[in-house]
Amino acid sequence: MRHYQAIIIGGGSAGLSAAVTLKDKGIEDILVLEKDREPGGILEQCIHNGFGLQRFKEQLSGPAYAERYIRMAEERNVEIKLNSMVIKLTPDRKVEYVNSEEGDVTVSADCVILAVGCYERSRGAINIYGTRPSGVYTAGQAQKYLNMNGYVVGRKVFILGSGDIGLIMARRMTLEGATVVGVAELMPYSNGLPRNMKQCLEDFNIPLYLSHTVTNIFGKDRLEGIELSEVDDKRNPIKGSEKYFDVDTLLLSVGLIPENHLADEAGIEMDPVTRGPKVDENYMTSIDGIFACGNGLHVHDLVDFVSLQAERAAEGAARYLSEGKSVAGVITLRNGSNVSYTVPKYIHKDAVINTEVFFRASRPMEKASLTVSCGDRLIRKLARRKVMPSEMDRVMIAAKDLKDLDGDIVISMEENA
Amino acid sequence: MTENKELICINCPMGCRLNVTIEDGRVTEVTGNTCPRGREYALKEAVDPMRILTSTVKIEGAVHRVLPVISDGEIPLRQMFEAMAEIKKIDVTAPVKEGDIVLHDILGSGVNIIASRTMDRVD
Repeated sequence: MRHYQAIIIGGGSAGLSAAVTLKDKGIEDILVLEKDREPGGILEQCIHNGFGLQRFKEQLSGPAYAERYIRMAEERNVEIKLNSMVIKLTPDRKVEYVNSEEGDVTVSADCVILAVGCYERSRGAINIYGTRPSGVYTAGQAQKYLNMNGYVVGRKVFILGSGDIGLIMARRMTLEGATVVGVAELMPYSNGLPRNMKQCLEDFNIPLYLSHTVTNIFGKDRLEGIELSEVDDKRNPIKGSEKYFDVDTLLLSVGLIPENHLADEAGIEMDPVTRGPKVDENYMTSIDGIFACGNGLHVHDLVDFVSLQAERAAEGAARYLSEGKSVAGVITLRNGSNVSYTVPKYIHKDAVINTEVFFRASRPMEKASLTVSCGDRLIRKLARRKVMPSEMDRVMIAAKDLKDLDGDIVISMEENA
Repeated sequence: MTENKELICINCPMGCRLNVTIEDGRVTEVTGNTCPRGREYALKEAVDPMRILTSTVKIEGAVHRVLPVISDGEIPLRQMFEAMAEIKKIDVTAPVKEGDIVLHDILGSGVNIIASRTMDRVD
């Protein structure tokens, strides 16, 4: 069995960033396994601009952002096996993959980095009543058909979910000549970035229905229409509020879920909120030598942070390869009030690096105090403005603050008047 | 005549809420911006909104049937559909390099439409 220093599962933005960082850290014997026919992952279908502002101080398109990392990987002679689907990962870091040239192959590594991405919630996951005609797509699926395969997806479109992909698709379909009759959002606030609300909906006078959801789907072969209902504060449809829209296409932008069949099967401990693995400050999962990053760890809103976290995962993996794992005790990061999750979930008491913790607020707040505390001890207190669940936030926890902590760290956000 | 407009800056994910005062068709004051780009955006946005345009064009001999393209500068929002009609006419053949111009000076704006990725020749 071929043995590598590191195997990276996934050749999208996270996997490529991790590979580049490993090479730069002197880890030469690495393999990237990518299921698609080219590297780049989901960025290849995200043809809009706005990528790379943090990383490159430029507004790049998705494919252009990916191309920078593909070039960096090429310059470092990163071995990428394309069309190669990983079907099994074991706790002792054996990776089984299939492709049409080699067949079914098992390889092993000193460390494995999961950079597997995420998948979209579909119609079945949100139980929309009605018939099952064609014309109901997830937003990302429609994006791929349009932007990579060159198909017209629909002519009269309704979009459920105000996540960024839904908003981006509203503009894209409009520019392609389709009529987008509306976007509905179950929550009383938008889930997309403000800039996308502006430049994707307002620019084209596309109405946004907050606190609304699709309650029925009509049509035999092709979608003929949908029923939209207002929802109450418990998100239940209000009888009598139904509106009918005559459309041939319904796009669903109703959430992304980390793709974790491999991690689950390997027995990695998962976070029920992010639905990705729980990781420590080195991005190592509950299984020694298996790391996680990217949208397979938790769903990001900016690719710049995917690259950043993937680099940290690769740095963690490089440290693990040279020093082994930490045997010091761990401090658990707990979600305090108005915080839905944190990544990482654990920090070792002997952490050599300051840990940047990524987290999301669970509801919008105009002004808030962010606190990092342990029991009665306040470690950090920071002010925040315009807090949105759709925008990931981050806070640094210094290594020196960990030494004498006794108990869990709690990250909270309190709304200020 | 004095008019006030509320805008959302689209330069970055912060999405600053800007307040713009317009007097006789000219912007006299911008508040709410965090950086100079917000002010620059508001000056244009209040009078004639400008946008980057991204789309796809048909490509022959490549791994995909369409090639993503992007404008190398901003185009007036009011001309987006005209610009799309021009982009629809383009047909390119692989190989194409990222940054290659696929359409010069779209609608006389001085802005080019360029390939936003490389696509090799696949036979």
